[in-house]
Amino acid sequence: MTNLHQHSEPAIRVEGLTKRFGDLEALAGVDFEVPAGTVLGVLGPNGAGKTTTVRILTTVLRADGGTASVLGIDVARRPDAVRARIGLAGQYAAVDGNLTGRENLRLIGRLTHLGRPRAMARADELLERFGLADAGDRLARTYSGGMRRRLDLAAALVHRPPVLFLDEPTTGLDPHGRANLWEVIEDLAADGTTVLLTTQYLEEADRLADDIVLINNGTVIARGTPAELKARLGSTVIEVGLDDDHAAARASEVVAPFGVRTPSRTGRVVQVEVADGARTVVQALRALDAHGLETLELNVREPSLDDVFLSLTGDRRDRDDEIPRAARPETLERSETRGAA
Amino acid sequence: MTTIALQPDTADVVAVPPVPVRLRTAVADTIAVQGRNLLGYIRTPQLLVFSTIQPVIFVLLFRYVFGGAIHVPGTDYVDFLMPGIFAQTVVFGAMATAIGLSTDLNSGLVERFRSLPIARSAFLTGRTTADLARNVVVVGLMCVVGFAVGWRVHTDVPSFVGALLLMLAFGYCMSWVFATVGLIARDAEAAQAASFPILAPLIFASSAFVPVSSMPGWLQGFARHQPVSAVTTAVRGLTLGGATTGDVLTAIAWCVGIVAVAAPIAVRRYRRTV
Repeated sequence: MTNLHQHSEPAIRVEGLTKRFGDLEALAGVDFEVPAGTVLGVLGPNGAGKTTTVRILTTVLRADGGTASVLGIDVARRPDAVRARIGLAGQYAAVDGNLTGRENLRLIGRLTHLGRPRAMARADELLERFGLADAGDRLARTYSGGMRRRLDLAAALVHRPPVLFLDEPTTGLDPHGRANLWEVIEDLAADGTTVLLTTQYLEEADRLADDIVLINNGTVIARGTPAELKARLGSTVIEVGLDDDHAAARASEVVAPFGVRTPSRTGRVVQVEVADGARTVVQALRALDAHGLETLELNVREPSLDDVFLSLTGDRRDRDDEIPRAARPETLERSETRGAA
Repeated sequence: MTTIALQPDTADVVAVPPVPVRLRTAVADTIAVQGRNLLGYIRTPQLLVFSTIQPVIFVLLFRYVFGGAIHVPGTDYVDFLMPGIFAQTVVFGAMATAIGLSTDLNSGLVERFRSLPIARSAFLTGRTTADLARNVVVVGLMCVVGFAVGWRVHTDVPSFVGALLLMLAFGYCMSWVFATVGLIARDAEAAQAASFPILAPLIFASSAFVPVSSMPGWLQGFARHQPVSAVTTAVRGLTLGGATTGDVLTAIAWCVGIVAVAAPIAVRRYRRTV
């Protein structure tokens, strides 16, 4: 994927964004930038603040503090100007089941003031592009989950927004539907659309995003390209089961040099994250053997998002180097307080 | 159609459009949303049937079952009843506004609309005007049913038309009350459940079905001075004869007062609804 950075101004800029819902601090100072024409994956568990961030950026919700701009336009001060330039596809397929696919798209065309002839032409064009041409005159309530999502995404594109927000676009889809939607998003990115995509799936962010921001508890806990993050997080998790706790404690020391971070131990099981899968596994096992430690169980797997978050939130040193370079002192303080609490 | 071309790629600065353009946009957006809502009614006919059958049952029930036991001095009970039935019909119809809005809120459609450059008011005005259009159909139908069971208009055509317009206006104003209910409830069942405690006293503790004088004294004060009674009284005057300007003005004042309070609350609530 080549990215043309035509503008020096980032397409999306978020600085020190805060939002509170009663007692819940949804956003505790979020900062990131998305260069024009790139795809940012915002990754995090449920309740991390992903959707709140998207809602603020799409002018649906107002932030309590901080600033957010899209194409250089402040979302709080000139929401209408922002709305004309963005598309939003949310967690729910926001299509009207009582309208046909075509009527849904025409409605959005009229509401974005394309004018009737252009709204009609655009609806036909999008139905074709999203493989819904045959289903275009069926009521959307008869669509499958995957078809509804595609129609929803098409609706977000009716007015050709240069910036697109996709909030967990594939949550709840079957693998086929997911792969299908991924292709569509890749095409959009290839056409130069700036995309902000939230997801709970590491795999999805890896596949689609140029850059990734990891959010937890309303703060950015890590950022980088998928490759950088994976290198830092370890691409493989090795679990070794030993004779007893004592052996496991020794094994933990033996395998430590191979890991990207301190191994963790639960009883007689040692877990270590390594950067370079197969080769390191062999080396680690040889080292255990050389120290006379017998491996009773071995489990090698890809790190799950849980591993990522555990490693990032569980290890303070790691977390601190991840606090953004550009972070404002205020943000730093907040995350410090949060970490201490 | 409006002619505001969106050229997001080239236009770096969008000036705020002048008021007439914004007004035209708001009207166009309202019509688009309204059309969508009406298509929804047409394509879920069970909703329309349900909301029509209920008042028809009330007509039959009060005309042939309870009516014999209710004595209204100086008039046929059916002539007394029909204005009350109209009031009940439009108020129950306004509940559809609450249900429709809460359904849309749950579907994520509102979230999408709020991220689009459409007039802020269009979502609510599109809903309430669609419900007004639906009320026109239902009230028309109720007239037919009324005539079939012996209802007669004892005045002239302008009074009759005025009575119908007053009813429809009242229904429209009540739609704004239930718009707020729908925005707060956020789930169709909750909206319906929350609507009923508002509807029931307004409709039944009123002059819609029985003369207020037949109620206990403590209830009469409320029953006389509430919107359903005011509108029913005015419509009775306009269809039975003997309408006073005061009755009609009181009814209009209620309508204006309701919409003046309810519409800003609904709009504010809509803006704040997540």
